Amino acid sequence: MPITETAENPEWDRVVTAKSGLLDLNLAELWRYRDLIYLFVKRDFVAIYKQTILGPLWFLIQPILSTLVFTIIFGNIAKLPTDNIPPFLFYLCGLVAWSYFSDCLTKSAATFSGNAGIFSKVYFPRLTVPIANALTNLITFAIQFGLFLAVLAYFTWKGAPIETSWRVVILPLLLLQMAMLGIGFGCIVSSLTTRYRDLAMLLSFFVQLWMYASCVLFPLSLYPKEWHWLLVLNPMVPVIESFRFAFLGAGTVEVYQLVSGAIVSLVVFVVGIIVFRHVEKTFSDTI
Amino acid sequence: MDPIIKVENLGKRYRLGVINRGMLYKDIQSWWARKRGKEDPHSPIRVAQTGGDTSGQEFWAFRNVDFEVKPGEILGVIGRNGAGKSTLLKVLSQITAPTEGHFKLKGRVASLLEVGTGFHGELTGRENIYLNGAILGMSRSEVRSCFDEIVEFAEIGQFVDTPVKRYSSGMYVRLAFSVAAHLQPDILIVDEVLAVGDAAFQKKCLGRMDEAAFKEGRTILFVSHNMASVRSLCTRALLLSGGQLEADGPTGEIVDCYLDKGVLPPSTANQEDSDAARLKITAIHYQTVDGGRTVEVFIGQPIDIVIEYENKNVLPHEEISVGIGLHGPSADLFNNYSHFSGKLFSRIPDKGAFVFRWPSVDLLPGHYLLAVRVVVRKGLNDEEVLAKPSSISLIVAPADFHKEGSGDGLKFGLIAVRGEWKMLPGGKS
Repeated sequence: MPITETAENPEWDRVVTAKSGLLDLNLAELWRYRDLIYLFVKRDFVAIYKQTILGPLWFLIQPILSTLVFTIIFGNIAKLPTDNIPPFLFYLCGLVAWSYFSDCLTKSAATFSGNAGIFSKVYFPRLTVPIANALTNLITFAIQFGLFLAVLAYFTWKGAPIETSWRVVILPLLLLQMAMLGIGFGCIVSSLTTRYRDLAMLLSFFVQLWMYASCVLFPLSLYPKEWHWLLVLNPMVPVIESFRFAFLGAGTVEVYQLVSGAIVSLVVFVVGIIVFRHVEKTFSDTI
Repeated sequence: MDPIIKVENLGKRYRLGVINRGMLYKDIQSWWARKRGKEDPHSPIRVAQTGGDTSGQEFWAFRNVDFEVKPGEILGVIGRNGAGKSTLLKVLSQITAPTEGHFKLKGRVASLLEVGTGFHGELTGRENIYLNGAILGMSRSEVRSCFDEIVEFAEIGQFVDTPVKRYSSGMYVRLAFSVAAHLQPDILIVDEVLAVGDAAFQKKCLGRMDEAAFKEGRTILFVSHNMASVRSLCTRALLLSGGQLEADGPTGEIVDCYLDKGVLPPSTANQEDSDAARLKITAIHYQTVDGGRTVEVFIGQPIDIVIEYENKNVLPHEEISVGIGLHGPSADLFNNYSHFSGKLFSRIPDKGAFVFRWPSVDLLPGHYLLAVRVVVRKGLNDEEVLAKPSSISLIVAPADFHKEGSGDGLKFGLIAVRGEWKMLPGGKS
């Protein structure tokens, strides 16, 4: 909603006009609703495992099962290289990082379609929803990351060729980048799905393809070096590779890749937020 | 006093029909063609040829609306279905953006377009109070400070830690309204929410809103079809009609003005009658028995219902029956056709009126809907409908029904019944 804060209109707290600028982000308002973000996170987290027997254990079962499937198919049958890392650890590492991103993306992408009811009845800054999603996913990530650390410790104890280095301090930055990319891209998809429902159907397929193109299941070193610049146009490649490089000591990371990944993520994030802000004004008319 | 809401030249337009061309690439082609000033390759041929508006059919939900609201006012917004009331409230509560014009607000706004929005079934009453409060713009500490009051007002007591999906619908609604009623916004926007809940709770809600406005100085915008609540609650009213602001003034005048206009049945108001209607009902209104027109009907008093018609194509020999049916807020009450009392009308003149004398309106004060039908009876269970269904609202106003001085005691049920009580001496009966 185009709202100009008090600064320009000392007399009025809120002025809503038909015209709006491109950069009407109004982050101050978002900050005022921080309690709502907190409560959304709490709601989503609590509501997920109410009335399930295994509760939060599901957060662990999912990655273990997928990792097992990948280990059997890609490691044992297709025998793809894993940079000399034990396949189970290699796939789990990639999956844990990837699923944080893909959760951010798919949940943000459902912002408008999933909240149509409440959005058409009450106003609050709509961006609270994707932000809360990214935070809820962070809890899921933490649980799965704990699993990863346990598996990592086990393989280190078994003497696998793993070098966990000081570079793990980059983790928060990687998470931030994934959140920005996921929210930004999700917001774009969500905004478009208010008009084109087909995109929702395409999304899960697209996310899966993206995973195969993001070096989750095979290392970047599998490709000839002269093609790396092309692959890292996909900002998730350097993220996954850095994640593995920091924790397992195996991966191909160069500074230009990290910078380009960060720039692409930032651009997607900003574009996503602008599009989202634009669509939220009239979304209840089209949904 | 300076206004707290100022609305200037506000308008909201909707497009009818096609929202998109079905496919993204077609939308992009259309957009690109418009950008270059060329003809839209996907526009309907008719539109392209006449060189008309390529954006499809448009519809203004409301337009050119200007008004101001002062702090502490309770402003009622009334009008027919489709007059633009709800859209206006949606725009003011920022759910959708206006197409033209602007409005300015001071202070915090909370809107209550539907109770219980944002309630999550799995969460407990307590958790939902916090969540709902936050959705409506309160901080956690603000909710905490009036938490007990909310629980008490909602009468949910020991169920506060039960998931709300196990609540009865009444508890659910009470809790939802209670949260909203304890919000401390400077401006509260309310749409028809009082249509839910039992009568006692509705009364409590109205009282709470009244208190909020008078004691705490809140400003309330209230949309309702219930003229009785508008009349009792609002200090001022806006009448919207066909998207235009038709009148703005003291509640009493505006409600009367609305009811006067209510004389034209909506279905015939702005469309040509189809061939099916062989008799056109042009107006329905109420008269006191001495012949004066009235908009308000008092409980226990006699009233004439006058149904004016134009005869389009009813043949002189046809015998027709005219009927009314009365629908209450929670039940259908009765119907009465002229043939019930053996009266069939024939040789209908070109223009005229049917009149139903209702000897005593023994209905509790409130808002009712009176529907009119005109039929030709062709057999015991066969009839042909001559006129389009028409209806008019019937507002029953309180009066001293039992002649005891205060008009008290008319709170239970739907109808009022006069009777006589006496006490017999003991022993034999």
